[in-house]
Amino acid sequence: MTAIFEHFNFVVVIVLMMTGLFVVFATQNMIKKLVGLSVFQTSVFLLYISLSKVSGGQPPIIDKKDLHGASYPADGGYDAAPDSAYQAAEVLYSNPLPHVLILTAIVVGVATLAIGLALVVRVREVYGTIEDDEINKIDYNENLEGVAR
Amino acid sequence: MQVMSLFPEWILSHGAASIVVVPLLLAVITALNPSAKLAWATVLGVTALCVFTALGLLLQVMSYGPIHYNMGGWAPPLGIGYYIDGLNAPLLLLISVVAFLCTLYALPSVIAEVEPKKRGPFYAAFLISLAGLLGMVTTADAFNVFVFLEVSSISTYVLVAMGASRDRRALSSSFNYLIMGSIGATFFVIGIGFLYMQTGTLNMMDMARLLQEIGPGDRVVQLAFAFIVIGLGLKLAMFPLHMWLPGAYAYAPSFFTAFLAATATKAALYLLLRFTFTVFDPSWDYIATAVMILLAGMGIAGMVAASLQAIFQNDIRRVLAYSSVAQVGYMLLGIGMATTLGLTAGYLHMINHAIMKGALFIAVGAFWYRFGITQVSDMRGLGKTMPWTMAGFTIAGISLIGVPGTVGFVSKLILVEAAAENGWWWAIGVIVATSILAIIYVGRMIEKAYFKPVPQINDRPVLRNEAPLAMLIPLWVLALASLVFGIQTEWLTSMAEAAAQVLSAGPNTDIPGGAYILPKVTGGH
Amino acid sequence: MSAQNQHSPHVILRVVSKILIPLIALFALYVHFHGDYGPGGGFQAGVIFASAIILYALIFGLDEAKRAVPPSWVRICMSLGVLVYGGTGVATWMLGGQFLNFTVFAPESTHASGQHWGIFAVELGVLFAVTGAMVAIFYAFGSRVPELRDEDW
Repeated sequence: MTAIFEHFNFVVVIVLMMTGLFVVFATQNMIKKLVGLSVFQTSVFLLYISLSKVSGGQPPIIDKKDLHGASYPADGGYDAAPDSAYQAAEVLYSNPLPHVLILTAIVVGVATLAIGLALVVRVREVYGTIEDDEINKIDYNENLEGVAR
Repeated sequence: MQVMSLFPEWILSHGAASIVVVPLLLAVITALNPSAKLAWATVLGVTALCVFTALGLLLQVMSYGPIHYNMGGWAPPLGIGYYIDGLNAPLLLLISVVAFLCTLYALPSVIAEVEPKKRGPFYAAFLISLAGLLGMVTTADAFNVFVFLEVSSISTYVLVAMGASRDRRALSSSFNYLIMGSIGATFFVIGIGFLYMQTGTLNMMDMARLLQEIGPGDRVVQLAFAFIVIGLGLKLAMFPLHMWLPGAYAYAPSFFTAFLAATATKAALYLLLRFTFTVFDPSWDYIATAVMILLAGMGIAGMVAASLQAIFQNDIRRVLAYSSVAQVGYMLLGIGMATTLGLTAGYLHMINHAIMKGALFIAVGAFWYRFGITQVSDMRGLGKTMPWTMAGFTIAGISLIGVPGTVGFVSKLILVEAAAENGWWWAIGVIVATSILAIIYVGRMIEKAYFKPVPQINDRPVLRNEAPLAMLIPLWVLALASLVFGIQTEWLTSMAEAAAQVLSAGPNTDIPGGAYILPKVTGGH
Repeated sequence: MSAQNQHSPHVILRVVSKILIPLIALFALYVHFHGDYGPGGGFQAGVIFASAIILYALIFGLDEAKRAVPPSWVRICMSLGVLVYGGTGVATWMLGGQFLNFTVFAPESTHASGQHWGIFAVELGVLFAVTGAMVAIFYAFGSRVPELRDEDW
């Protein structure tokens, strides 16, 4: 039991991942498939984001008050702070890299979703249905006609 | 080397980045271009530049060793590094050359298949897809790989769906491809996430170094390997994961089918090689087992099952698509042997298959362009009505079977040698058996074309109607290449051997040092 | 249109959103420029800016929105973004650095001002590209189905 709570983030990720994957495979409806795909992708975003948390770490934003012992003119602001001041700051930050990676992955996910929905719109216009099995049936009949032709 | 002086120094020092960036940027300009002709000319220029750059990079790798390029001047492992060695340089050239030839072919083909309003964006999407593939092959950053994988895949979904003006099944095929492709990419990125969790780095070489320290016993790394293999297996159409491929190949615009069949699965296969052999350690137990049982096993299964399926298809492009799955099986079998000879065979077959399948799909597109032929049964008399196109198709076809004197024979021979070296006699049996199956499915088409009478329309035989020159030139370049490289075997074989050397050297931990250092190139001397 | 119609069901929505839309656009610019010093940046700002345009389209109709922000502008905006981003990289090439090596913009600076200016230009490109892409996606889906007329409410 404690193992589950110690790895709570992974439990959430696994549940979401399997839910998404199940929806993609189990449903015939194209929109629902895309919903499942999005859930599946979101679980990966969560996996990365939860990796980036350093216990006790702050958001990785350099603040003036964190620059201990650095002497810089009060009016000069950030540009006036010498680089050594930034390096001397003894603050524990969370890892910002996974956030950047996931920002990219979210963009990719949005693009995939947009293309997928656009395809569904076109499929609906052309076939008159968005159920995968019905489309397969129509395609199968068309294939048979292709032979006869 | 004397040839090196032909290339401007700038191309040599920045080529690793420019080969990816130039298509990407010019795609945007192409998208805004109102004239389809001008857009086509842009694409032709870009692909020609890519060929030139890739050639320069290949020669540079061959004479000076691997190229490191630090994106933004940030040295890896902190920054994104681009890395070109004997494994990916030939692939860069292959993708660029196929893209160039397909672009030549695109001029008549796109006019026939894509609505006028969509031609500019169509070319733009093609350039983005090209940039994605080149980026996948060039980059040494694991997450960057995912981004480029998706860049090329998403534009591929769009381009496959563009075939809808010819056949509406393109839409449902593209949707299936999207679902399968996205699941594959997500699996891949989960694997990368687990690796990042254990190593804290994304640079492939740094990852390889840290994985060596972690050792083979780590469960998370094992899990990462499983996710990466399945994810890439979906992208490269490894046998049971190939369901998206026939539809996508059969209904995409014929110009794009030729490009897709020749390049997309190859880039994914390259990634599989890169990760399995140079990031993970192939000498670890579970990796060696997975390579031997999973890759070789699935390769064999794919060879047999997909070849059988190809025989029973009626659509020409579906026949060739199933044959592609079978050919991927040959490559995987070679890789699964994990010996230098086996890897050489797998890599060589990858290049050869691109040449043959490119030619075959270009010819099939030409049949449709002239006569609207999509079914095998409609190929009657093509030997008389389109003699040059059919001759090119035949050369590539017999190369696919593996007749001596063609490239297909060279790689199959090395594959058989490698199997014999391993003592896998049953594998040789399967190779021979599937080659016989290939004779059936290719021979069926050739027989229809040459030995069946020309069809009659209004009691008169159909007149000879050759494909336009813009289609014949790329077709014959590829067909002749499959003959020339089948006789002059050393060139491609030595390239494949160099790639196999890189792979059998084990994990690559070669990280360049120093930020803000431009790669030094001495140029020709 | 029913702007003169005093029974219009949208009066409150229209008045409120007319006040809100400029504020949303302004907030987008704040998020963008504050991205230099804190959380924010081109991507977030682009989405917020696009949401202002999309809100306008939702409240006043797609045709009105297309009159205010023509689809051709959207396409140019999208491409311009990518070109600004890539152009920054090309500029670094011209100045002799690697692709996107912003240090070449101010090689003498001790505070990495070159990086600052480079990131600024790149983020501007991201802002344009994301705004354009979001609005383009909205236009593409929105214009597939005939819109609900006011009388159907």
